[in-house]
Amino acid sequence: MELFLQLLINGLTLGAIYGLIAIGYTMVYGIIGMINFAHGDIYMIGAFHAIITFLILGVLGISWVPLALLTMLIFSVILTAMYGWTVERIAYRPLRGSFRLAPLISAIGMSIFLQNYVQLLQGARNKPLQPMIKGGFVLSDETAYFTLQLGYLQIFIVAVTIVLMIVFTLVITRTALGRAQRACEQDQKMAALLGVNVDRTISITFVIGASLAAVAGLMVSLYYGVVDFFIGFLAGIKAFTAAVLGGIGSIPGAMLGGIAIGLIEAFWSGYFSVEYKDVAAFALLILVLIFRPTGLLGKPEIEKV
Amino acid sequence: MTGFVDTIAREPKSLVGRIAKDAIITGIIVFILGSQLVGIETIDDPQGLRFETRYLDVLAAVLIVAGGRAGLHLLRAAIAWPVLIGSVVFSAIAIGSTFNEGWQLLPFSNPIVDWIFAMAGVFLAIRSVVVLIRGRAPAGKPTSTMDMISAQTQRFSPYAALAMIGFALLLPVLFPERRVVDMGILVLTYCMLGWGLNVVVGLAGLLDLGYVAFYAVGAYSYALFAHYFDWSFWACLPLAGAMAAFFGLILGFPVLRLRGDYLAIVTLGFGEMIRVILINWWWFTGGPDGIRDIPRPTFFGLAFEKTAAEGVATFHSVFGPILDIEFEPLHRIIYLYYIILLLSMIVCAFTLRLRRLPIGRAWEALREDETACRALGINPRNTKLTAFAIGAMIGGFGGAFFATRQGFISPESFTFIESAVILAIVVLGGLGSQLGVVLAAAILIGLPEIFRELADFRMLAFGAGMVLIMIWRPRGFLAHRDPTVLLHGKKAQRAGPRAMASEGAG
Repeated sequence: MELFLQLLINGLTLGAIYGLIAIGYTMVYGIIGMINFAHGDIYMIGAFHAIITFLILGVLGISWVPLALLTMLIFSVILTAMYGWTVERIAYRPLRGSFRLAPLISAIGMSIFLQNYVQLLQGARNKPLQPMIKGGFVLSDETAYFTLQLGYLQIFIVAVTIVLMIVFTLVITRTALGRAQRACEQDQKMAALLGVNVDRTISITFVIGASLAAVAGLMVSLYYGVVDFFIGFLAGIKAFTAAVLGGIGSIPGAMLGGIAIGLIEAFWSGYFSVEYKDVAAFALLILVLIFRPTGLLGKPEIEKV
Repeated sequence: MTGFVDTIAREPKSLVGRIAKDAIITGIIVFILGSQLVGIETIDDPQGLRFETRYLDVLAAVLIVAGGRAGLHLLRAAIAWPVLIGSVVFSAIAIGSTFNEGWQLLPFSNPIVDWIFAMAGVFLAIRSVVVLIRGRAPAGKPTSTMDMISAQTQRFSPYAALAMIGFALLLPVLFPERRVVDMGILVLTYCMLGWGLNVVVGLAGLLDLGYVAFYAVGAYSYALFAHYFDWSFWACLPLAGAMAAFFGLILGFPVLRLRGDYLAIVTLGFGEMIRVILINWWWFTGGPDGIRDIPRPTFFGLAFEKTAAEGVATFHSVFGPILDIEFEPLHRIIYLYYIILLLSMIVCAFTLRLRRLPIGRAWEALREDETACRALGINPRNTKLTAFAIGAMIGGFGGAFFATRQGFISPESFTFIESAVILAIVVLGGLGSQLGVVLAAAILIGLPEIFRELADFRMLAFGAGMVLIMIWRPRGFLAHRDPTVLLHGKKAQRAGPRAMASEGAG
């Protein structure tokens, strides 16, 4: 039972992070129908920005944890959002309206570029980060093997994710920006005719996606305490799997899919084998898609002839 | 809409003012982008992480990019002389600082960065010369020339193909150097894989992001058969193809109901699954250490070795007296080269013929409209499965060849990046174009091999190149394509090209 609860906690934490990245995939897919392969690398860049900001804070002597975290969050989000915007502007906007595979190849190229860009500038070695939020609630230490613990950091990650999800949902459902975003998702041409600036809306979609990925990057660097230039790849694939699992284009679906992938990974590693946790995640994806080809919350695709 | 209003509103502003504003905004963006990743270098010490600043680099990058942006705008306004002078001076400085320490005006620690910026300067200079010669701003659609070239290439493709085959046949004779022949082998391997994936992506329109899985299955089938049963390359080649095709069917069955991007992610996941299994099934596949000492292919039982094992004759001991040759390691490379040339030619001919068969036409029809196909009585499931299996089989052949060429395989060689490169070859070449695949393979595989000096910057340039080529030619190099089969032959098409085109587009 303790093991189950511990795995549940770990899985939810991991799932929250995957979910945040997955939102970026699902939003971009919803609005322009492309797989943004560079999104995983945007998340990696977010993690790097968090670590570099942390180093600067260390030199400036700011060590009060809430202030340091807030500064890291702000810097990481702003700078990473800029990367998201630039990537869209350079690699995807010229290809808008071109045939389906062109943006995909461009995105793969961008992903390779960003990985090597960071590797060249920051080196290929792991970047360690000291733990900033230590300790946690010890829920039970009866068993001889381990203590069931709910870390403060885990609470922090889940809490930040929930807050972000609420803010994000409000933005999408209540503001003019969100309305424009949903309009473009339904019909870009019609939205443009009604005075929505489609290019700007798409840019903002990328900026929002990159910001959420930056938060995820910050949290991962805190959670694992180590970052390198290659973390974006696997996290990107997992998050995209999560987005597809939840039904691509559906924002609640992305979060749900993220949590599902996180839980599967945690439980599989806990009960079966750590080595095959990725296989389990993909196998689950294939199983779900066989029975629900549009994902858990996806709308069935109506084909018009 | 608002863009239009903005343009009118901005019109009264002076040209210089507008360009300056744009350049300043560009500079600010570059500064923000570079402020941490470029400006601050993290260095890991034993005591922990520390950093050093490189803000001169950021400043230089900001000035160069903003200047380049302003130059492009000036060219668009047909003001060429200042741009030409500026870009030539800048390129001279950049190139000069790579040669001469005293000239070091740019702060970058790596001369390759100087080179990259110098190339950008040269590009700007060339464009300004073009503007000067034409006396007007560059046309909005600079790709039209390339479209014409590709249309012409398409017309002369039989001759071009013959010329290429002739060149490929003579390559080891013309350049008997290990480096050249090795590169030829690599390019041909990717051509073959490209043609295989072309069946799945280009003809059947199924986006496959995990093609490397079949490549891996082929390589491991040969390696394991050779390892456990001591079978030879030629016996295993068909087996490797069959195994890969079988895996194609296994993957194909569950996912055929999926469309487009769902299929893409499942194939991607499949590729990763195969790799993870290869790593973790260590007692059978050797795990991350891979399999070594995979036997080399023999020439009708003759080994290409200095001294062969017991009971095996060597190539030079049999043919040496006849052809008057000594043992040379290069012979084995050249032999491998001809094997892959033969294999890829067979694959090419095979896929070209397949297109004309009913199954090939069914693939192309399925790509265009699945519902219509169903209505016409084509079975989409079987059609897609054959495409998957045939594509996978070709990948398996490629894998077996890869294993025998390297003599050593490990899961490291079968990462997603490999799938991405093969897909990029197919798409950059122009979906469905056989010649395009050759061209794209030569560019994507050949060029990075030639520019080995770029070292760490190679993959950076590779990624940037993929983006740039896509923006320049979104449909690939040789995008122009005639229908494979015409109702009334070529004559009818020439009589009414417009009618045919509109039909083809519909």
